[in-house]
Amino acid sequence: MLLMVSSSDTGHEPPEEDTSSSKSDTSSGTDSGHDTSGDSGQSGTDSGHDTSGDSGQSGTDSGHDTSGDSGQHGTDSGHDSGDGGHGGEPITTLPIVSWKWHHVSTPYLVALWILVSWLCKLIIEANHHVTSVIPESALLICFGFILGGMIWGADKVQTFTLTPTVFFFYLLPQVILDAGYSMPNKLFFSNMGAILVYAVIGTCWNAASLGLSLWGCHMGGAMGDLDIGLLQYLLFGSLIAAVDPVAVIAVFEQVHVNEVLFIMVFGESLLNDGVTVVRICYDAMPTAVCLMSQINAVEIIKGIISFFVVAFGGSLLGFVFGLLISLLTRCTKNIQIIEPGFVFVLGYLAYLTAEMLSLSAILSIVFCGMCCQKYINSNMDESSVTTFIGVFFLTWILNKFRLVPVEFIDQVIMSYGGLRGAVAYGLATMLDGNKIKEKNLMVCTTLIVVYFTVILQGITMKPLVTWLKVKRAAASELTLIEKVQNKVFDHMLVAIEDISGQIGHNYMRDKWNHFEEKWMSRILMKPSARKNRDYVFKVFHKLNLKDAMSYVAEGERRGSLEFVRNETAFVDFKKKFGDEFTEVMPDIMADTSEDHSGMSTMRGDPVPSVSLEMHEQNMNGVRETEDVNSHHLLQQHLYKGRKQHRHRYSRSHFDVNKDENEVQEIFQRTMRSRLESFKSAKMGVAPPKHITKHTKKDQLQKMPNGKSLDKSRSYHSGDEDFEFSEGDSASGFEASGGSFPMRVTYRAGAGIENPAFMPDLDPLAQVQIPPWLAEAELDSSMVAPSQRAQVRLPWTPSNLRRLAPLRISTHSTDSFMLADAPGAQQRDNERLPPPPPPPPPPHRDDDHM
Amino acid sequence: MGSNSSSMNNIPNAEQLVQETGFSAAHILRLYERFQFLDKDDTGQLRPEDFGAVRELAMNPIGDRIISAFFSPGQETLDFASFVRVLAHFRPADSNRTRDGAQPEPANSSMGKLKFAFQLYDQDRDGKISRAELLQVLRAMLGMQVTEEQLQSIAERAIQEADFDQDDAISFDEFRKSLEKVNIDHKMSIRFLS
Repeated sequence: MLLMVSSSDTGHEPPEEDTSSSKSDTSSGTDSGHDTSGDSGQSGTDSGHDTSGDSGQSGTDSGHDTSGDSGQHGTDSGHDSGDGGHGGEPITTLPIVSWKWHHVSTPYLVALWILVSWLCKLIIEANHHVTSVIPESALLICFGFILGGMIWGADKVQTFTLTPTVFFFYLLPQVILDAGYSMPNKLFFSNMGAILVYAVIGTCWNAASLGLSLWGCHMGGAMGDLDIGLLQYLLFGSLIAAVDPVAVIAVFEQVHVNEVLFIMVFGESLLNDGVTVVRICYDAMPTAVCLMSQINAVEIIKGIISFFVVAFGGSLLGFVFGLLISLLTRCTKNIQIIEPGFVFVLGYLAYLTAEMLSLSAILSIVFCGMCCQKYINSNMDESSVTTFIGVFFLTWILNKFRLVPVEFIDQVIMSYGGLRGAVAYGLATMLDGNKIKEKNLMVCTTLIVVYFTVILQGITMKPLVTWLKVKRAAASELTLIEKVQNKVFDHMLVAIEDISGQIGHNYMRDKWNHFEEKWMSRILMKPSARKNRDYVFKVFHKLNLKDAMSYVAEGERRGSLEFVRNETAFVDFKKKFGDEFTEVMPDIMADTSEDHSGMSTMRGDPVPSVSLEMHEQNMNGVRETEDVNSHHLLQQHLYKGRKQHRHRYSRSHFDVNKDENEVQEIFQRTMRSRLESFKSAKMGVAPPKHITKHTKKDQLQKMPNGKSLDKSRSYHSGDEDFEFSEGDSASGFEASGGSFPMRVTYRAGAGIENPAFMPDLDPLAQVQIPPWLAEAELDSSMVAPSQRAQVRLPWTPSNLRRLAPLRISTHSTDSFMLADAPGAQQRDNERLPPPPPPPPPPHRDDDHM
Repeated sequence: MGSNSSSMNNIPNAEQLVQETGFSAAHILRLYERFQFLDKDDTGQLRPEDFGAVRELAMNPIGDRIISAFFSPGQETLDFASFVRVLAHFRPADSNRTRDGAQPEPANSSMGKLKFAFQLYDQDRDGKISRAELLQVLRAMLGMQVTEEQLQSIAERAIQEADFDQDDAISFDEFRKSLEKVNIDHKMSIRFLS
């Protein structure tokens, strides 16, 4: 009995609270304060309010609003004023306000539901410390439970239930679409095998064993007197055995398990698609019951075939729709507003179509999301993507779990996290009460399982994960060598597969990428998006931002403005207002540097000089900046595995056929070097020798090739490519400067700006320098900077130390001349002249090898 | 297996290879076919040129490195046993195979894999990756898309990152430490078809 109560409760609760809160939202557009109160469950006061507000507004309000309001008004009033009947009561008098609850009930409920869940989410988000212990999903359920309980206690009638239709047609598709969309494709496919095993076999096994054991209990008399047959038990088993994707996303996202584990559970949950299983069972049941006595091989085979048809048909359908989406978004360049709309609607259509064809709707929408993700990401604006992400909040509505047998650590977590959620509930409620007499019992059991476990397991999940030392997703940054090594590994695997003639994962992936590169993206992407779609660009972008941030942070830490030293405007500004503005400046700098997006951050960036300066002050600063630089340098230029070459976003307008060239380049290079080394090997030269030779050969070889000339010219052409690569090379000088004496002269290049930023040093220096010196400093800013530089240098030891690089730079007269020029011009100069040409490559080679 | 046995007999030391490398007989057989395919002149020995027949390999920036890794120093030919032994590095590590201590370090352990990777760099086999050696690999991988200075700086940074004893080179130990976080088993295993 208790179970029954709780079930009706829950049936109640979510929509109920929705109504109360959203009523306050929709009807009383006048007072917004209601929102929160309605939310927090004070439905009594709310409704009192609302009824009056309602009746006042009803004439003007649209039909939908009023009906919705009054509908809920009806329910609320059960305890409040008792004036209205329950929903759907015919009104006999003048129909000023007509009662059309049924007309709009479904969409209305859905909307309200979403709204309430968001509001709940808001509240939960506000109390952050709680969520660190208890997962949000559990909290949400408790929340709903309480609210629903209140309303039920006041109302005694279950007015609003979550109907399967609502759930499956409105809520589920969105969640799943989002899930599919955010699915890490590569991971998913590389773990496909395991996922499939878990999904198909595991689920079948679970369902069967659960159903059978329950049935066994029943037979043994443990279940009392129930009118349930084996089939019903099996049905229940399959219903509850399917892992709920929704719940998985919600909980695992929070726990941050490692990615393989995540993808396993996630993929399994998506693929096993309890809905389909149950549907099939459900459809097949009457037949099965009839055929119980005469099940033969043909029927079984038919069943299996239908399973595959359903699954693959669904996937295929999703795929087709995904392509369609991608195609469409390609054409929406000018109307970005409807882009997310397209995704929504088409995804939804995919779902419905699959449903209509009785294919696996979930699978279809998953695949739809998955295959359009790649293209859409590049086609769509960032803004529309974020709009799209909004769907994700839906996830928080629904959650539950169940315990499954236990094996290994990861598997423990997997089974532990084998979450059963709203899908199971929805399925349970969907069962036809006429055919299955004990429907209510099933619903209740499902809910109890859910309630009991969601809280218990939800709370213990995190400690368990920690305790078992499941590898968490390591968010640590790769070191350079790791990055290099990873790429080496990739190449190595491909090579080994080539050698051993295997056609493995890597091979398939390569082929697929190739195909994709060639056809799919050509068709599906905006051409412009194609150029910069690759993650290198993103990485670069991110790094730029990070660069700026770290400079700012660095500057803040040191309380000085050195890092803005080449912004002369700022310098003047600061000179006027003195130290107190030092705090403010970093912000300004941050703004400006973020304003010039991408390239210009680099350009305006005082990378060389800053790192130069910090080099003297603290090694760490240099390390950071250099790190960043060399990291993205690596990122950008590492050869991709075979056939994975992508458009380099910056070089694409130099040579369109970059990709082919690159392949060609490597090919020629390796062929030649190999020939070379073979030849020399035959002549008996030791291996290390010919390697050296080969590299030298390389260097020489690329000259006639025209390639490297091309490259180096590109640095001076003053377009975006030039900008950042100059920054790179400059910092490259920095890095190598210490260890290669011959490159000291390059510091001149980097130090061009040094005289200009001398004033910036003042606030720092003032600590040590007597005020009169500071005065002199101000004066000297009127003087030509070069003089100032000369005058000022010897003064304080601290400055000497700091300016050591500067002195080096003054060896070059060029930098002096430049220093005389106004700051703006300086920056131009810095940008325009090529970085001092390095000694010819072959030379250097010889030097080092 | 039974059907394979006849052709297994053609392979020299097949049993021993199975024992030693952990490949199954079917694997060995398949690899042997591949070996014969590569071995154009049927000498039972592969020469570096034979690898050139694999066209994809020529596209691989570090293809020649990998080829040379197959040949032990001073040798210009490769028999099937060594071929398999090298490939054994790429067999997925087995978790529960109880080796009776005879071979302390199976090639497919993560240590064995690491060693192989290390050798790709360490061309002069002095147990250290010098700056120049790292530079060569980097150059191969980055090609001429970056300037020499950038290459230098990358190499410099990479060495600094890994170099704990400040000798300006990466020893195997340092190499191992710096790759501690990388899942070597995962990264250096391929699925051999049987």
